[in-house]
Amino acid sequence: MNGILSNKLEKMILLGNEAIVRGALEAGVNFVSTFPGTPASEIGDVFSEISKSKKANLYFEYSTNEKVALEAAAGAAFSGLNSLVAMKHFGLNVASDALLPIVYTGVEGAMVVVVADDPGCWSSAQTEQDTRYYAEMAHLLMLEPSTSQECKDFTKLAFDISKKFKIPVMVRTTTRVAHQSAPVELFNIQYPTSKIQKPIKSGRFSTMPPNVLRMKKELLEKLEKIRAFSEGSKLNQISNPASREKFGIVCSGVSYLYVMEALEELGLKLPVLRLGFTYPFPKKIVNNFIKNLKKILVVEELESYLEEKVKAQAKEANPKLKIFGSGLPKIGELKPEYVLQAIAEISGKKINLNLKIHQQNFQKLELLKRFPNLCPGCPYWLVFSAIKKAAPKNTIFGGDIGCYMLAGCPPHNIQDWLISMGSSIGIAHGVCNASKSKIKNQKSKIKVNDQKAISFIGDSTFFHAGIPALINTVFNKSNPLIIILDNGTTGMTGHQPHPGVGKTGSGEATRAIKIEDIVLACGVKNLKVIDPVNQEEFINTLKEFLEKEEVSVIIARHPCIFLKKS
Amino acid sequence: MIKIPNSKQFNVVIVGTGGQGLITLLKILAEAAMLQGFDVKASELHGLSQRGGSVECHIRFGKKVYSPLVGAGGADLVIALEQNEALRAAYYGSKKKTIFLINKLNIFSPAASGKSISLDRISKDLNKFAKKIVILDASEIVKKETGAIVTTGIYMLGYGIHKGLIPLKEESVSKAINKIIKEKYLELNLKVFNL
Repeated sequence: MNGILSNKLEKMILLGNEAIVRGALEAGVNFVSTFPGTPASEIGDVFSEISKSKKANLYFEYSTNEKVALEAAAGAAFSGLNSLVAMKHFGLNVASDALLPIVYTGVEGAMVVVVADDPGCWSSAQTEQDTRYYAEMAHLLMLEPSTSQECKDFTKLAFDISKKFKIPVMVRTTTRVAHQSAPVELFNIQYPTSKIQKPIKSGRFSTMPPNVLRMKKELLEKLEKIRAFSEGSKLNQISNPASREKFGIVCSGVSYLYVMEALEELGLKLPVLRLGFTYPFPKKIVNNFIKNLKKILVVEELESYLEEKVKAQAKEANPKLKIFGSGLPKIGELKPEYVLQAIAEISGKKINLNLKIHQQNFQKLELLKRFPNLCPGCPYWLVFSAIKKAAPKNTIFGGDIGCYMLAGCPPHNIQDWLISMGSSIGIAHGVCNASKSKIKNQKSKIKVNDQKAISFIGDSTFFHAGIPALINTVFNKSNPLIIILDNGTTGMTGHQPHPGVGKTGSGEATRAIKIEDIVLACGVKNLKVIDPVNQEEFINTLKEFLEKEEVSVIIARHPCIFLKKS
Repeated sequence: MIKIPNSKQFNVVIVGTGGQGLITLLKILAEAAMLQGFDVKASELHGLSQRGGSVECHIRFGKKVYSPLVGAGGADLVIALEQNEALRAAYYGSKKKTIFLINKLNIFSPAASGKSISLDRISKDLNKFAKKIVILDASEIVKKETGAIVTTGIYMLGYGIHKGLIPLKEESVSKAINKIIKEKYLELNLKVFNL
């Protein structure tokens, strides 16, 4: 990991996420905040390590959630610093409330927002979200690297652009970019030599009407200038520009790599427009690219974001253009063979492998089923087995984001919803109070009132988004049983510290916030802290709390097995 | 040793289950390939897959490499650190060129109620997707020689290099091991590599 600070300007193999860190260091980043989320976690982890060494002179924090992380980065950038905030795609949903106005207000220093999407949901529970639409909604500048080298270069450039236009810039990756490793050419790291913090000018970042509308006007004007800049950016490049072929390809991100691979295999020299600066959309480049073509294939992962934009441009620049793209799968990751097949079909080329037959043959194989499992010795085994013994049959279970969402897998099978951070509690409240609805279905014979609701939420997730939902159960009088699984770390994403741990992301001691203090302060009357090793006490408390008419909380406290080792 | 033609890449898919050291193996291969002047791209997955689930890594090297993923039927070599997982990698295999290097090891799967697939069955099923199948008693051998079953992957890498199944020089891989493996475990890993 320390290799990232290397001064030897030789090639180094870096993960996309590590290359983003190096790019930020080369740009002179001073302030980094994040909430861990895969496929972006390593960005924070590497910065955390670096911030522990004096050499880097860098502020780093794991914040309580992504919104707070984004606000922290904004505060630093308001003060003239170069800040970076990193998160996974769902994190941006949480942070978006603050993000949109910060694009209006702009920043004084530089602010780079790194967001990693996860097509195929390799390490994501909730949806297969396409972050590119946020760029549109928030007027957020967007750069999309394809390789580790570009992860480094684009991040560096993102700082330059942010500083030049005083506006946040997003670097958007996907799993295969973030977790791709490849040789990267390094450049010198810039260590800040003096304090650059500036005082904030009175009222400068305050929205409020009528300011907010003035800010929007200025933003839209700024965006037209930036569009002109993006039109001329080398991030948008054409491969095989001299090609006389009438069939061209438009792509971005990892798709570009699959396209180039396919062209090489097919021996084709088609013109390819690779867009790296995708918001504001470089209309002129696209118009010039498509105006003399007959056919276009748009290659992209997830939604038809680029395809719709190219279609809109074609109306103006080349109405007769045939546009392909929607034939590629919209569910799961793009794969090189899909792109190969699509290009081969349109250009009438044959490929060696009959993909359909190959896939059929593969599907005939009987593979061994494997589910991810709780680690051997994980304290959650004890919690789940106690619940199996104590909970009546009609109990329903709310899941949340963390290792314990494996409650939904065999052999446990105790998870009836899994939505987003904190939703185990928020939804349990709604389920419990649904029976209080004044509109009753008279014909229904099922007594839903008897149904018990148990929610699982981890320690880090509780700090992140569980607290407002818990307050709501007290405020609006519902009675779920909430089990806070406190294993003293953020297990799922790689054991990062959280507010209950007593240590910051840069290894400094800080006050450990006790979860039981928060629960009591929220007004919860039924509370017990139990080590699930004490099975009998745990089971008895479960039975007792399930009969309560008010909300109840058990904090199941036992350290993650990985903490014991270290 | 086999050679890579200028226009081609060498494609390796490594499969196994979480905790078997796949990513270390991937890092060593990538470093060795770079040391030999090849362009390299590798792809790894983190997160849920760590917890005893199936894990799959890809590495490609050659004069110029674009995609970090091996395509369907595109693997030159599949290294399976667990025998049941070899079948999952069949997607990347083709009768024309793929060599499967399979470790004779059956890791229990609670999801399959502990059932497994026989090696005979695996070999038979893989026939359509493989040019050659080599089954190694790798875990057993390293256990006997060193007691450290976690070095299974290094043994298989050593086998692949010494038998000329991977177009990389022994010395480049040794150098890469020196760079990637922590000093504490270096001697052990070099020993296993040369078994």
